[in-house]
Amino acid sequence: MTEATTPDAQGPAQAPTVSATAPRRAAKTLAEKVWRDHVVKQGEGNGDAAQPDLLYIDLHLIHEVTSPQAFEGLRLAGRPLRRPDLTIATEDHNTPTLAIDKPIADLTSRTQIQTLRNNCKEFGVRLHSLGDAEQGIVHVVGPQLGLTQPGMTVVCGDSHTSTHGAVGALAFGIGTSEVEHVMATQTLPLKPFRTMAVNVEGTLRPGVSSKDIILAVIAKIGTGGGQGYVLEYRGSAIRALSMDARMTICNMSIEAGARAGMIAPDETTFEFLKGRPHAPVGAEWDAAVAYWKSLATEDDAEFDAEVSLDANTLEPFVTWGTNPGQGVSLNDAVPSPESFGDENAKAAAERALAYMDLEAGTPMKDIRVDTVFLGSCTNSRIEDLRAAADIIRGREKDPNIRMLVVPGSARVRLEAEAEGLDQVFLDFGAEWRFAGCSMCLGMNPDQLEPGERCASTSNRNFEGRQGKGGRTHLVSPVVAAATAVRGTLSSPSDLEPASTVA
Amino acid sequence: MEKFSTHTGIGVPLRQSNVDTDQIIPAVYLKRITRTGFEDALFASWRKNPEFILNQEPFNAGSVLVAGADFGTGSSREHAVWALKDYGFKAVLSSRFADIFRGNSGKQGLVAAELAQDDIELIWKVLENAPGTEVTVDLQSKMVTAGTVAAPFQIDDYTRWRLLEGLDDIGLTLRDEPAITAFEATRPSFKPTTLPAKS
Repeated sequence: MTEATTPDAQGPAQAPTVSATAPRRAAKTLAEKVWRDHVVKQGEGNGDAAQPDLLYIDLHLIHEVTSPQAFEGLRLAGRPLRRPDLTIATEDHNTPTLAIDKPIADLTSRTQIQTLRNNCKEFGVRLHSLGDAEQGIVHVVGPQLGLTQPGMTVVCGDSHTSTHGAVGALAFGIGTSEVEHVMATQTLPLKPFRTMAVNVEGTLRPGVSSKDIILAVIAKIGTGGGQGYVLEYRGSAIRALSMDARMTICNMSIEAGARAGMIAPDETTFEFLKGRPHAPVGAEWDAAVAYWKSLATEDDAEFDAEVSLDANTLEPFVTWGTNPGQGVSLNDAVPSPESFGDENAKAAAERALAYMDLEAGTPMKDIRVDTVFLGSCTNSRIEDLRAAADIIRGREKDPNIRMLVVPGSARVRLEAEAEGLDQVFLDFGAEWRFAGCSMCLGMNPDQLEPGERCASTSNRNFEGRQGKGGRTHLVSPVVAAATAVRGTLSSPSDLEPASTVA
Repeated sequence: MEKFSTHTGIGVPLRQSNVDTDQIIPAVYLKRITRTGFEDALFASWRKNPEFILNQEPFNAGSVLVAGADFGTGSSREHAVWALKDYGFKAVLSSRFADIFRGNSGKQGLVAAELAQDDIELIWKVLENAPGTEVTVDLQSKMVTAGTVAAPFQIDDYTRWRLLEGLDDIGLTLRDEPAITAFEATRPSFKPTTLPAKS
């Protein structure tokens, strides 16, 4: 026990220690360096015997679902929101994707959105509302505006905040009590994370994408494998990825149990950021880039854990069960529960197969789906839409498939329309919607019917996630597109050559 | 926050791993703007099944949930903790918790006690063989007892201290307000601000 005293005479004399925390050592990895540069007050003690550090938060992202109770908490305590200029809000989780110029039909959704608008006005927070060109999924909007930059700490009351780690930020989801804490103090008391290197070497084959990398990582380490860690994705396969593709990987770090995932900033990152509305300019840009370059993990750095994945042999991946770790290569079959050694994993697999209405041994590619959802903070960026459009252009949709295309932000939608992608989707017979979280979690009217089966580019295949009784298979945008053509789970390589007459 | 020292109540065996936050509280219930009144939303989908454990007496009056590994995975929704608390749960026992869920529990006075999976299995057997058995969660000694089983549990010491004392996190942090102000003065000028808005 350390002899840390609290300054308040009413409080207990000693703050105790924290167990099972990361060893405190010289900052050598990307995550440790970003952490080091945000410590307002270091917790007393070392290693297992450390109190939490008080960590400064550079950017707080807000949306309608996890903020109302936090704003109310501030109001009840008579506390101001400390840094409105480091806070930004958008409407995304339960906004409709049709008829957005009309009042929201669902009264509770409308009330929640209106509450956000009232709160932002009262506390002076910048808000991008439905209909605004910068409205969209909070994790698409931040990077798009250039507000998320390397070396920053970014939080949001949403577990997919890990997305922003793709630019080299330390970004993680928080609960509503922590949202209120950041509003009031612009800090969070946190104990250091442990670090895990995820090494992905090699070259992805055509038709294999960053979504397949992260689904394979989750299948490998499990939904709890990353708990307590920040993952740093490294290696030649990661370096070769675009920013949009990197965001897909970091986004799903939470599905491996890790609160955050990061990728070291490099020329791809700088190129992505340069010229964005909130990126630094002139001498500030140069100073920023010099700092960002200094954050890279050093050659002699030690990670608390390491895993490796071979990009050369990776195939398109798909989930068969009801958690994101229950995935296989698309060329494989539904696994038998007997193949799981652990009794609990076996029971979980049996339960998942019953819910998914699947039989062990069925080839994944024989599974017929009803709906294809292209969207969510995982895969709704312009490159995702382009990749899917390239597959369906000149091809016909399976007549029994319903396909929903939901751009991640109003800006992405505009960009896609400028390129004519909307017409490609519409000609194919897909629905072209307005931006939001949509069918990823079905808080708005975009939901699956009971028993409906969906190939989805989103991030969670939990029971009922996309609608009560709905069945979700997580896939990449190109697998989603190929599935819409054939009607069964398919990879682009399964398709006949496209007609040249579009 | 209310102080927590020890609690004794009916144990509920939930023999399932990966109980995700969408099962604890489906997203449709997240549209509310209040912090209380979520008891109807807890396990809403599973509770439609009459066989579900919380639809069985005496488990419906339980206050200590004993669950499989990786409890609370998925979303950051604190509503999951509010729903458990509003229903009447004071503690959840599991061999592994999702990070965000565990953090949210600590902020709300719900004890997330980490036990060895072997001990979880033993407690499951006790609760299934003698439904209604009370489980005691003693935060002082970090011990769980259920019938003849007594098992130690892990909880972050700092969280335990805050729970024992019933301390408000924001109040604690604001004691360091001068350090926050001093830190802000050192932030590089190239760091972005959201205001004024640029596009």
